[in-house]
Amino acid sequence: MTSFLRPRPALTSLAWPLAALALLVLFNLLFTPGFFNIELRDARLFGTPIDILNHASKVAIVAVGMTLVIATGGVDLSVGAVVAIAGAIAAMLATRTQAPFPLVVLAALAAGGVAGLCNGVLVTRLRLQPIVATLVLMVAGRGVAQLITDGLIITFEHRELSSLANTSFALLPIPAWIAIALALATGLLTRRTAAGMFLEAVGDNDRACRYAGVNDRAIKLAAYAFCGGCAGLAGLVECSYIKAADANNAGLFLELDVILAVVIGGTSLSGGRFSISGSLAGAVLIQTLTKTMYMHDVSADVAPLPKAIAVLAVCVLQSPVVKDRVSAAFSRGRP
Amino acid sequence: MIRVARRYVPILTTLALVVATFVAGSLAYPNFASAGVVRNLLVDNAFLAVAAVGATFVILSGAIDLSVGSVMAFTSILIARLIEHHAVHPLAAIALSLLAGAVFGLAQGLIIDLFKLPPFLVTLAGMFFARGAAFLIHPQSIGIKHPFVANVLNDQLSLRLPFGERGVSIPITVDIAIVTIALAAVVLRSTRFGRSVHAVGDDESSALLMGLNIRATRLGVFTLSGLCSALAGIVFTLYQQSGDPAACKGFELDAIAAVVIGGTLLRGGIGSVLGTALGVLLLGLIQTIITFQGDLSSWWTRIAVGLLVLAFVALQGQLSKRDE
Repeated sequence: MTSFLRPRPALTSLAWPLAALALLVLFNLLFTPGFFNIELRDARLFGTPIDILNHASKVAIVAVGMTLVIATGGVDLSVGAVVAIAGAIAAMLATRTQAPFPLVVLAALAAGGVAGLCNGVLVTRLRLQPIVATLVLMVAGRGVAQLITDGLIITFEHRELSSLANTSFALLPIPAWIAIALALATGLLTRRTAAGMFLEAVGDNDRACRYAGVNDRAIKLAAYAFCGGCAGLAGLVECSYIKAADANNAGLFLELDVILAVVIGGTSLSGGRFSISGSLAGAVLIQTLTKTMYMHDVSADVAPLPKAIAVLAVCVLQSPVVKDRVSAAFSRGRP
Repeated sequence: MIRVARRYVPILTTLALVVATFVAGSLAYPNFASAGVVRNLLVDNAFLAVAAVGATFVILSGAIDLSVGSVMAFTSILIARLIEHHAVHPLAAIALSLLAGAVFGLAQGLIIDLFKLPPFLVTLAGMFFARGAAFLIHPQSIGIKHPFVANVLNDQLSLRLPFGERGVSIPITVDIAIVTIALAAVVLRSTRFGRSVHAVGDDESSALLMGLNIRATRLGVFTLSGLCSALAGIVFTLYQQSGDPAACKGFELDAIAAVVIGGTLLRGGIGSVLGTALGVLLLGLIQTIITFQGDLSSWWTRIAVGLLVLAFVALQGQLSKRDE
């Protein structure tokens, strides 16, 4: 057994996405003219890297919540639909009522939390597989969002709501700060308390957890509710960014990018191991990859193809089969 | 005997719901119970039926395939491009796209099996891949004007039934769907492969101990799913008379919903193709009623489908809990 000689899991999980990111940055340095041009206008930075950060933050915000759900051995397919619901509620409150801004924020977060709670109840009480339980909301959620907006795209001129995603603080766009703050807070909450250990234990073996006196259901429920809340926050950012709520397209296929970001970041899909910093790196990696392809005239429609190949390659390299082969090849030379 | 009866509770529920929905529709709207409505119900859902047959095999084996809709779009644009831009005969184009679908499914199965990756992750990547590939073939939709498709496939080969004043014509797409369902039912019930699919989905380790070839079964299931997706894409192309790389987004969810509503257990092992066919009919009937009602938006369909899936999954959960 040489397991104690291996680097800490957090480091190995960050190594892959960071190495891939470094490769991408190097590629852009050599072959993409103007990729690193950043200019300062009105105390706000403009340029491709800032653009990437702005868009990656939406994925990153949801990825933080998704990381915890996947850590418990589950998955949440409904985040895209929840983004649409939260955006619809925020836009309706901002246009149809005189609700103060904090209430709008709170309502969007609460809507996400309630949606996540529903998923959690289906998983823990009805004992549905997570893919199935969250599939229900994924199918029905977009319908609910359209029910709220009455099938219309709700545009708004709300000052605070539209400035949320369109202003900068200390040079970085606000969504990036939200993502960083959320990740830091979640990291502290899980790694400096026993919560992270419980999450990993439940993901590793929920039955053993129950026998050991850990309330595995409550932990799963909390993870799904938290993930829903994160999706609500992302919904707020998304509708603020485009100054409208579009129930059809808000957060469409977001769940794919988010799950891929989490998996690339080294969180095990079978549960029991997670890395929030890895998920952040994964989100930035995916957005950089997307942006690089756009700048090389790959159309937005074709972009999924190389993305799929890249993601599959990372997953194959991280798969236990390949890892065992590699470590076997390394240990063969030793006595 | 009670055990057997319990097995059939979901499928009997679906049957009862199909009948009840149809009766309710007939009572609520004049002209609902007509040959034309039934014909449209079959025609509009033929490609869903074919896709759902493939999904039935995958789900029965305890896996999931999320690439269905993208593979359908890929097939449809591939056929259209081959016929219209490269002057390939429609039959050759159809054969080629079937082959492409099967190879794609096999590749997904191989990656899942060789690297022990979860099916939902690999087919999620497959969904991206096929969608991007579809747009790579041609970025816009292409109308198919080849005379063979319009005259022979869609006109001469359709069945004319003596209902109503002018008769009802059943197009070839419905025949394809019905033949697919019948073939799949026979394969699942009476072949070694079909029984292996059930066994692997029920309990993989027991299947292994019984000496079943799990790898071959899994590869077979995913190849078959790719083949069915391609066939569904062909039916869709004949139905639309055009190829569209943006078509069928999220269609895999409809297919999975039809399978679940048809009484197939999502953790695998128990289910039937006939149930799936009933599930497709129920989804189609709900859509028809919402169209007849007129003042309901189409998103009510999504909510209704979501609730139905939830109800069936809950029902199955209760049934299997009592089994334990």
